[in-house]
Amino acid sequence: MPEHRHEGAEAPRVAVRKTHKLYIGGAFPRSESGRSYPVASADGEHLANAGMASRKDARDAVAAARKAFPGWAGRTAYNRGQVLYRAAEMMEGRRAQFAAELAAATGAGRPEAEREVSAAIDRWVYYAGWTDKAAQVLGGTNPVSGPYDNRSAPEPTGVVAVLAPQEAPLLGLVSVLAPVVAMGNTAVLAASERAPLPAVALAEVLATSDLPGGVANILTGRTAELAPPLAAHADVNALDLAGAGELAAELEEAAAETLKRVLRPDPAVEWEADPGLSRIRPFLETKTVWHPVGT
Amino acid sequence: MSSEDGPQAPTGGDGAAGTDGGPADHGGTSTNRKGSRLDGQPLEYAPAPESRSVVRLREAYDPFIDGEFAPAKSGGHLTTADPSDEEPLARVAVCGEADVDRAMAAARRAYDTVWRDLPGAERGKYLFRIARILQERAREIAVLETLDNGKPIKETRDFDVPMAAAHFFYHAGWADKLAYAGMGPDPRPVGVCAQVVPWNFPLLMLAWKIAPALAAGNTAVLKPAETTPLSALLFAEVCQEAELPPGVVNIVTGDGETGRLLVTHPGADKVAFTGSTEVGRGIARALAGTGRRLTLELGGKGANIVYDDAALDQAVEGVVNGVFFNQGHVCCAGSRLLVQESVAEEFLERLRARMALLRLGDPLDKNTDIGAVNSAAQLERIRALAETGRAEGAEAWSPPCTLPERGHWFPPTVFTGVTQAHRVAREEIFGPVLSVLTFRTPEEAVAKANNTPYGLSAGVWTEKGSRMLWTAERLRAGVVWSNTFNRFDPASPFGGYKESGYGREGGRHGLEAYLA
Repeated sequence: MPEHRHEGAEAPRVAVRKTHKLYIGGAFPRSESGRSYPVASADGEHLANAGMASRKDARDAVAAARKAFPGWAGRTAYNRGQVLYRAAEMMEGRRAQFAAELAAATGAGRPEAEREVSAAIDRWVYYAGWTDKAAQVLGGTNPVSGPYDNRSAPEPTGVVAVLAPQEAPLLGLVSVLAPVVAMGNTAVLAASERAPLPAVALAEVLATSDLPGGVANILTGRTAELAPPLAAHADVNALDLAGAGELAAELEEAAAETLKRVLRPDPAVEWEADPGLSRIRPFLETKTVWHPVGT
Repeated sequence: MSSEDGPQAPTGGDGAAGTDGGPADHGGTSTNRKGSRLDGQPLEYAPAPESRSVVRLREAYDPFIDGEFAPAKSGGHLTTADPSDEEPLARVAVCGEADVDRAMAAARRAYDTVWRDLPGAERGKYLFRIARILQERAREIAVLETLDNGKPIKETRDFDVPMAAAHFFYHAGWADKLAYAGMGPDPRPVGVCAQVVPWNFPLLMLAWKIAPALAAGNTAVLKPAETTPLSALLFAEVCQEAELPPGVVNIVTGDGETGRLLVTHPGADKVAFTGSTEVGRGIARALAGTGRRLTLELGGKGANIVYDDAALDQAVEGVVNGVFFNQGHVCCAGSRLLVQESVAEEFLERLRARMALLRLGDPLDKNTDIGAVNSAAQLERIRALAETGRAEGAEAWSPPCTLPERGHWFPPTVFTGVTQAHRVAREEIFGPVLSVLTFRTPEEAVAKANNTPYGLSAGVWTEKGSRMLWTAERLRAGVVWSNTFNRFDPASPFGGYKESGYGREGGRHGLEAYLA
């Protein structure tokens, strides 16, 4: 209780700060480890404490993603497209926040940060449109030699562990997450270690976009701590090594144990470029169904 | 069907919706007769052996490198034998490091100087030539394959060889149409491919590997399996006869160490392997961080789901074909039968009756359904797992069946009283052994079918279209056969989910692995 009160003068309002938490199974828990780590701006200024997820948090996130998989994969492609578009709408409404966080994280000027926010929003729109088209582009009828109906169609591979790029903490982040969930996979994503705050803001967007809990799980913390248990986890089907850096080879080796699909990092990647199907295809399985034709 | 029509698995099992009723050589089974089927056949089959004279075996075979057969520098040899009587067939080189190096260098040279830049239409013509020569020499190849592998001549003659030819014919037509393969307007070949194939379909697996690689403009070094090298060496002769430029296809024979040298060779741009999940894991580990491309077609534990409304006799045919085709040495075999509880008893009765009609014996006999197990080592694995099944409390049944005294043989066997925890329900046996489980609801069937680290194949038997589609949608497997089983086609992508590997072979999808 303040002891000296100035008559008639309003006290300056104290801002309500955000606790930066993890996003697992549609909820925002702290790390079960109780740990956090300081996040600094490009200039070295303290921005916030982010949750420092543990191996246990990573495993919990995989369990949440697995649980969400059948429901999300079973949604109609049209419905998934609407949910992804909704994420774009929600981001658009928070442009200022994203631009400010991005500028602080990367040191970019405001116009540049605005451009990246726009590109990230547009990327959700881009993948929203792919949900009900990729199966036609990638699948089809196979003209087999015999009285059979024979079709191949892509299906989501399952739970995908995604190491978000360490640079490009917003556009890169959306560029790796959106294609994974667009086609019905569920994701466990480890955010950029140095610049995790845009990922926390994105989790808040997803939580209000009708994306079912567990479809996208976002962890902040040390990539070197989170990536190995995800790469080795027997209930993870695929691994995107975009942000793996020097860990890429050993993570790929760990992933071999359960024959995960691995998307290797591309050192020449340009996040602004049209990605086409390049990040959709690696996380799809082709299923071929035969049936005899007759009366 | 015209004479140019594609081959099909010889022991068909199509559902009621199909009109073909399967090929004519079903084994003469009439599943309509009641009761008397276990009482013995009114008529016995006379032996109908295919002549071996069409094959001229050499005493020893050299590897095929840079267009020539030349002795291996390693100097090592192995002897390949006929699994049905253990008689030696020929000596074959065990290629070492220097030989693999030489083959890889030849493939690189051919890629850089001839093949990569050859117009697609001309590349395609070589593949068309190969397809035609395979057709022309089909009988010779079929007999050779049966001698070396032990599988029935009925299968090599009607399935392995015509299907291999069909793969070359299909891919030949792609060579000048790669811009339509879905990999962009100007796709490029990957380079030199290191390919290792298994012993269960020696020539056909070679065709699955070499045909798309060459069509896409790559060159290849292929290693056939240790116990079945002869058809690959005969294929090398076919390449010579087709005047394929030297180095485009190279065949190195040998054992597991030769395979290891090949897949880990730094000169490979792409590695393709078909075989066990265990070896596949090792290759994936070895290639981690190298940036080299890899496709793997590995093990399976396919479930064949029979609903209570299925056309039971056709389902019986399909289940028999699903697990006893090629002695069960099939990665996509339907080795788990999931039958709805309400029809389980009746189904098993009909299944046992059908199994009693399977003819096991001389692989060269045209009436043989079940041939020899390919090797002593494989027979030992099958025996050990079957023994585990008994030890864990499942009940084994085999039809009355006299096994030949010489050679490697295992009778068709069905295990009942199997739970999901039993090893015979979990592990790939790769032999003529079926494990039977039951279910009550479609949800339970799907849950049990998917309860495996594998995901290669599955079968569904029901007369209800919506239930078939519902089930097929939920099965986590790369190939789903509904009211049929073990159907293959060059135009139809094949490959697995989960620990059955990654990548597809066949169709437009199969080209993706060989294009950049």
